[in-house]
Amino acid sequence: MNTVEQYTIIAFSENAIGLLNRITIIFTRRNVNIESLTVSESSLHGIHKFTIVVNTTAAQVEKVVKQIEKQVEVLKAFFFTKNEIIFQEIALYKVPTEELLRSNMIETIVRENNARIMEVTQDYTVIEKTGHEYETSKLFAELNKFGVKQFTRSGRIAVTRSNVELLTAFLNERESSRLS
Amino acid sequence: MNKEIKKITGSEAIVLSLLEEGTEIMFGYPGGAIMPVYDAMYNYQDKLHHVLTRHEQGAIHAAQGYARVTGKVGVCMATSGPGATNLVTGLADAMIDSTPIIAITGQVGAHLLGTDAFQETDVVGISMPVTKWNIQVTKPEDIAPAIAKAFYIARTGRPGPVLVDITKNAQFGMCEFSYEKCNYIRSYVPRPTIDEHKLTEAAKLINAAQKPMVLVGQGVILGNAEDDFKAFIQKSGIPFAWTILGASVMPVDHPLNVGMLGMHGNYGPNIKQNECDLLIAIGMRFDDRVTGDLSRYAKQAKVIHMDIDPSEINKNVKATVAILGNVKETLPLLTRLIEKKEHTSWRAEFDACMKVEQEKVIKHDLFPEKQGLTMGEVLRRVNERTDGDAILVTDVGQHQMIGSRYFKYKNKRSFITSGGLGTMGFGLPAAMGAKMGAPDKQVILMVGDGGIQMTIQELGTIKQTEIPVKIILLNNNFLGMVRQWQELFFDKRYSMTKLINPDFQKIAEAYDLNHSKVTSRDLLDKAIEEMLASDKAYLLEVVVEKEDNVFPMVPTGASVSEVLLEAAK
Repeated sequence: MNTVEQYTIIAFSENAIGLLNRITIIFTRRNVNIESLTVSESSLHGIHKFTIVVNTTAAQVEKVVKQIEKQVEVLKAFFFTKNEIIFQEIALYKVPTEELLRSNMIETIVRENNARIMEVTQDYTVIEKTGHEYETSKLFAELNKFGVKQFTRSGRIAVTRSNVELLTAFLNERESSRLS
Repeated sequence: MNKEIKKITGSEAIVLSLLEEGTEIMFGYPGGAIMPVYDAMYNYQDKLHHVLTRHEQGAIHAAQGYARVTGKVGVCMATSGPGATNLVTGLADAMIDSTPIIAITGQVGAHLLGTDAFQETDVVGISMPVTKWNIQVTKPEDIAPAIAKAFYIARTGRPGPVLVDITKNAQFGMCEFSYEKCNYIRSYVPRPTIDEHKLTEAAKLINAAQKPMVLVGQGVILGNAEDDFKAFIQKSGIPFAWTILGASVMPVDHPLNVGMLGMHGNYGPNIKQNECDLLIAIGMRFDDRVTGDLSRYAKQAKVIHMDIDPSEINKNVKATVAILGNVKETLPLLTRLIEKKEHTSWRAEFDACMKVEQEKVIKHDLFPEKQGLTMGEVLRRVNERTDGDAILVTDVGQHQMIGSRYFKYKNKRSFITSGGLGTMGFGLPAAMGAKMGAPDKQVILMVGDGGIQMTIQELGTIKQTEIPVKIILLNNNFLGMVRQWQELFFDKRYSMTKLINPDFQKIAEAYDLNHSKVTSRDLLDKAIEEMLASDKAYLLEVVVEKEDNVFPMVPTGASVSEVLLEAAK
């Protein structure tokens, strides 16, 4: 219970102004750092999905998730260890085109890493890589030998191993309670 | 000819919405960004009684006092900027003590939002951590639905404060008005589904327990489940101890009442938590002031935790069986499943503890032999003359602990205090609100000389509104509780706790209050009688012993087993 591990929290919510603030306050108050955070519409129209990565203890993540779920506009919140989800991040790298043309080394690195070149201009080349953090970091280290001019990595996105959106059961239950 | 649909201003929609929700009394303070609403109120003074306080903090604490005695939603109103920020302490207090409050704040016009306009403050942002829900409304037609939702959220589930911030253009703008009460929000589940299986498991534990103990909290009061609680206790025969906010769940003289939990709670309830074999927590949240050191708390016991709020389960103490739900629904179901029992010898163990406490603490508090007056003897004399029928409101500090320990009540909702937040300055305005909510009851405020000065301006409200609150000012010219800690834990270094006070009699005089001051024991009875007999507000100042301490005491970081009955020699 007291060992720190990486957890991915997935919360479904109504699309409400200020809710992001309410959710981050829960972490701030407990002095828990958010490693990454992504918000987007889910597969269900009008319902938004927060994907939040934290490094903390099992006991703490459980309490945090309950507090998130307690927010009026949050429908349901879950947390997962790495093995329980399929997740991905995306990274963009900008390198000087001069270096790309000097030899075939950058091209080889791109191939070996299953990355792809998105745009080439006279001055710079943008490379894109999706993968886990260690993969995008590895590519950064390799490309940085040629001088990475800009680098950015997205927050984590994740899906569970379940067949349907986890929220469906909750929504059905709520719908029947509204009608009853 | 087209039928003309009548339009009203957003301000009038606010007033009408409050009336639709059954609001009769509200507390507030006008200002620039809420003036249209105050103008609309002018026409509704016969239906909606607005109490003008002297500070917005007073308004929200009064609304809290009102909500706590009536069980209704307390309503307060303030302008933007400083008016709104002055509500924050009350919001935090209502949040931690689960009090249903609607705070309506004015806001600068929508076109000025985010421009640092005059008296603009991001009150929605500021109040987020201390409200159950909040919303900013910028259009007149959104006002009624927002207020409907606010009331629904404030009073259902685990109650709490809700803030509705309304821009000035929305107050001025015109809209059609039709009010629809809210009773469903898709994302909000105020009534968790009751798990029958858990009830069966809990009943098994209860039926098998040899030394069970009930810890009861405010959840029973909030759920209006006092009678259901009584039925449970009568059948189970289990001794019960209460949290400070659980006071007045049952008449104080119930044979199974073993006293108060907590840092200054009774001796028996404290140590027995580490000796019982089953703890049944009903509508309470295992606050640190109740549990002491968690790593040495009730490790020997199984725990049944009944609460409406899923986030309370396993938050501090791991539950063997958790029963989610409103105790109003779950308690009767559980009572049906348990066996009728008596726990006579176990109950007697609490009596043995009480005997010790009587000798070491209570005798001194209530029947002091020393010359100086004690807070306890003042309250004892009040008890003798009110027959358990009064409502006691306290501020925060030593007198609060004396009040909760010794007040003799018979009725539900008759002890009002700031429990979780411990807000000095809560008492005076909360007592005003309590009296307005229970005009037929004797409402008595116990307050210290420190606390009363935090909201003393509300004496002006008492004068103007003629609220007959009975104020017992226990004056020791010290911040008594801090002084006590300094004596016990800081080598008697009385840093910044001595108060050079004003002449409170002159202050009472200035506000046209009936008043008197007592410095010796022989005059105390007469003064209390005079105060209680008065049909107007009254300030009774009693000069009490400076260096008096509240015991028992569980020092911070200690286990409940280590409760002290006197200062270490």
